[in-house]
Amino acid sequence: MEKDVAIVGVGMSKFGELWDKSLRDITLEAGMYAIFDAEVRGKDIDGIVIGNMSAGRFTGQEHLGTLAVDMGGLGNIPAYSVEAACASGGAAVRQAYMAIKSGEHDVMLVLGSEKMSDVNQSEAMNTVSVASDWEWEGMFGATFPALYAFMARRHMMEYGTTEEQLSLVTVKNHKNAQWNPWAQFQRPVPLEVVMNSGLVADPIRVLHSSPVTDGAAGLIMCSAERAKEFTDTPVWIVASEQASDTLALHDRRDITTMDAVVKSTRSALREAGLKIGDIDVFELHDSFTIGEIILTEDIGLIEKGKGGKLVEEGMTEIDGKYPVNPSGGLKARGHPVGATGVAQIVELVLQLRGDAEKRQVDGAEKALAVNIGGTGGTSIVHILGR
Amino acid sequence: MAEKGVAQVWRRIKSVYNIQGNHCTTCGTYYFPPRPVCPNCRRKGNLEEYRFKGLGKVHTFAIVRQAPEEFKRQVPYIIAQIELDEGPRLTAQIVNCDPEDVHIGMRVRACFRKIREFGQGGIIVYGYKFEPTMKVTGHD
Repeated sequence: MEKDVAIVGVGMSKFGELWDKSLRDITLEAGMYAIFDAEVRGKDIDGIVIGNMSAGRFTGQEHLGTLAVDMGGLGNIPAYSVEAACASGGAAVRQAYMAIKSGEHDVMLVLGSEKMSDVNQSEAMNTVSVASDWEWEGMFGATFPALYAFMARRHMMEYGTTEEQLSLVTVKNHKNAQWNPWAQFQRPVPLEVVMNSGLVADPIRVLHSSPVTDGAAGLIMCSAERAKEFTDTPVWIVASEQASDTLALHDRRDITTMDAVVKSTRSALREAGLKIGDIDVFELHDSFTIGEIILTEDIGLIEKGKGGKLVEEGMTEIDGKYPVNPSGGLKARGHPVGATGVAQIVELVLQLRGDAEKRQVDGAEKALAVNIGGTGGTSIVHILGR
Repeated sequence: MAEKGVAQVWRRIKSVYNIQGNHCTTCGTYYFPPRPVCPNCRRKGNLEEYRFKGLGKVHTFAIVRQAPEEFKRQVPYIIAQIELDEGPRLTAQIVNCDPEDVHIGMRVRACFRKIREFGQGGIIVYGYKFEPTMKVTGHD
């Protein structure tokens, strides 16, 4: 297990519809909390990476790397902005990982940020749908929920997955989010409310879908040599892997499997010298609840088609055999698209430090995050360890 | 927004009006939309234009009930992945069919329809939708 790149600080802004806060407010908030948490000084930071999907359309502002340096008062250090749709946050973590591992940077501030509520619901939907193949899917009326509904319907037909199983993922993630102080929805929701919520794109209902969210998350990442300056107990990134697939869902070999997830997870486990059963806690990309079900299968927790059973049997609860999304996931923590991949890592760092309070997975030592772009066109997997 | 651009719609007319894709004569795979490179054969590939017959079956579908502005008047509508008889899948609406009647495996054929208009004074996009063959020809 490699111990080259450490995470020594984490920070989050509140997640939610934050009408009184701008893109720069939330980005600064997450960054400052990460800096305070690491007790790092501004002059130690030698670069910033920020993940963001579409600030240009959501707020009219691009050039976010410089925005982040400027708001943080960090002078002239270089800053890189990366985009991989909903996996932009994971991409930012991986870019920083590679930069530090290569020796080019030593101590980096990694951010993920998205301000989605400055546009109306219709424009927010349009903007998110450019993560699919816009010219050949979105143009013809396929909304983003409809594309996940394509997967859900096929999964239901081929494997007998039920609407109740899709809804149980929501119930679990809302239950976990009530203990997450940053989550957008800090309240449980009963199964019958989920199952009777409005249909968005059958069979997907509004309570099977992640919400429109404003939010930002931040990390301080550094090399092994520098880590001891900041903490005696860093969390290590023991594997970072990424894979791609076709942009359009209709071009996939099988729409109930995300091949990019299968490949990147396998590579990451090999890199870390671990088996999936060695992992104690998971953050999986549940932009729609069918996504969490598919990912539990594709990372190898259970055979293809049985992901619905896994949640039904309580295996993915915080005290279950495979705790998935103790943070509340995208569904209940909220899904500010560019921030999500970083927020997943923040949660797992807290879990490994034993700082996750009421949502703590007992004795967690190894953790895995999967961040998805679009309908599975990008998959970014990180494994963390103590 | 870029998608309101006339040229962006115009340059795809041949493909979208005729379901014109291509066919790799090296491996025999059909592609829609046309691919610039055959992913199976890459530099050994040889791509020739191919006009699809427009016949296929429903691979999966959704009933859209919350839609962006330009589609609101059509709600609820059926959006589906169609598996064309030649092999590739595409994403299109299904018309002449009630949402209760659509099912996976249903035979469909292409028809020419208005797809969307980009607001008042905006460009109107035409192209393919699909309809159940049974409604048109009387057999499945």
